[in-house]
Amino acid sequence: MERTDAELIAAVLQGDTASFEPLVQRHSPRVFATIRRYARRESEVEDIAQEIWLKAFQKLKGFRGDAPFEHWLMRLALHTCYDFLRSHRRNRETSFSELSDPEDDWLERFVSAPSPAAEDAAAARQLVERLLEHLSPPARLIITLLEIEERSVKEIAKLTGWSVPLVKVRAFRARAEMRKVLAKVAKEKYL
Amino acid sequence: MNLAELERKLLAVARAAPPGDRVPYAFEKRIMARLGARPVADVSGFWARALWRAAVSCLAVVLLLSAWSVLAPARNNPDFSQQFESTVLAAVDQEGAN
Repeated sequence: MERTDAELIAAVLQGDTASFEPLVQRHSPRVFATIRRYARRESEVEDIAQEIWLKAFQKLKGFRGDAPFEHWLMRLALHTCYDFLRSHRRNRETSFSELSDPEDDWLERFVSAPSPAAEDAAAARQLVERLLEHLSPPARLIITLLEIEERSVKEIAKLTGWSVPLVKVRAFRARAEMRKVLAKVAKEKYL
Repeated sequence: MNLAELERKLLAVARAAPPGDRVPYAFEKRIMARLGARPVADVSGFWARALWRAAVSCLAVVLLLSAWSVLAPARNNPDFSQQFESTVLAAVDQEGAN
């Protein structure tokens, strides 16, 4: 029978390091999906995932067990991703004039007919990623959690450790920042 | 360009395409190898070992000094206070002699 998270954690804390492996196997898909929201290159994604699991092992004593292990792990993952965003702000100054052809085409189609559904979803996704890369780390985190993952303010406060009013203030600022970036796209492409 | 509409559409695209959850091959093995390779930081164990070693060394020094003070042969030399006084006042004594 498959051992539960609580049993595996108890075994690890008693010195059975091998019991950590099933935990890694079980929860890695969710960890990788979370990281891919914030990092594009696969090498970076893997580095962040390794960092998260090593931190999880070191801090396992701090897991009290009053909430599911997955929630604790996701909080750790989100904090690590946020640290990554803060230390890798290289793309924020790049210009939107360097859009790829499919991204450019998608925007052209949007300008000519904003209402119909865009066909090239991959180009739109790339464009979204490019836009998110231009946001500050807190704005990117908030937009991702609030607008893309559609989480509530309370949930975000729990995940990030920020207070509810702080999440609201940061969400307001993030939306303003997003609009500013979009206006920059419009200005660079069509003025 | 309608920026609000553009924003809405882009966010909808992002929502509709969640990132993949593919895990690289044998990722868990790599994590376990990293865990095996790195020494586990046991701070309390480190302090306990260091303090026991220090206690043993201190005890050895105490025993040696006790043994030395008991077993050392008594000397006829003047005691330390007299030696100290004559050293400090050596210059004055010399001046007086001149």
